Amino acid sequence: MARVVVDVMLKPEILDPQGQAVQRALPRLGFTGVADVRQGKRFELELEGPVDDAALARIREAAETFLANTVIEDFTVRVEEEGK
Amino acid sequence: MTARVGVVTFPGSLDDQDARRAVRLAGAEPVALWHRDKDLHQVDAVVLPGGFSYGDYLRCGAISRFSPVMDTIIEQAKLGMPVLGICNGFQVLCESHLLPGALTRNDSLHFICRDQKLRIENAGTAWTTDYSAGQEIVVPLKNGEGRFVADEHVLDELEAEGRIVARYLDVNPNGSYRDIAGITNAAGNVVGLMPHPEHAVESLTGPNTEGLGFFTSVLKQLVNA
Repeated sequence: MARVVVDVMLKPEILDPQGQAVQRALPRLGFTGVADVRQGKRFELELEGPVDDAALARIREAAETFLANTVIEDFTVRVEEEGK
Repeated sequence: MTARVGVVTFPGSLDDQDARRAVRLAGAEPVALWHRDKDLHQVDAVVLPGGFSYGDYLRCGAISRFSPVMDTIIEQAKLGMPVLGICNGFQVLCESHLLPGALTRNDSLHFICRDQKLRIENAGTAWTTDYSAGQEIVVPLKNGEGRFVADEHVLDELEAEGRIVARYLDVNPNGSYRDIAGITNAAGNVVGLMPHPEHAVESLTGPNTEGLGFFTSVLKQLVNA
């Protein structure tokens, strides 16, 4: 089965208090040197058929209307290679 | 004729009963609407209540927005039917693009539950005519994702067109841009509000009855229509 990955991230100008909380916690746990953390979402879509242009276009449509809220979020769509 | 005001129940709605009670105390007939039923059962207005519809999965309101009842509500709202979204209902209205902007995680990351002072900025919407512009009221507020955000130009447009319905006073509880607690669409029939007026309709159970005005306002709108 083919897998398509949709990554959704808050737009850079939108404050990400969860990412900030993670960043502040890192040095307390001894992980130093991290300047910034942004937290996002990853969707893995297993397709029944082949990953052709039409299938990718539909997934982009789903990402734009449903998986991401484009008022506050950006998304990327990519095909995960076989064997990974 | 008594006005019929529908209150939608989604899986995970919490404040639908309180909203129906507020509708009844205001003098209208509350009508329970079900998320899977496209039929609005001849209601004259709709309240989308607070809660955690669909467990807030994906984003708050993102899944409810695609429920069958919302198809009809979006259609009717565009034709002028009054719709009030409270808390989770506000989130559903933004996800539906009936209102601009979005509601994100409180800047403090804490769930806030308090009696909140507000200033009514626009007393001309379908849901606020029983208030006066500049009037200060206190109603309960309870949210984890109540921080209203939008592009600068959208915020400027909301200000210029008088579409900010209410602002937080004294304390901005969640980091909302420009202290925004509620907004309306251009026509003034759709209002989204993060605080909960339906919890301030009886002195026994609320801090006061200053929230009742939202529900009595819409009745006047319907009688005059």
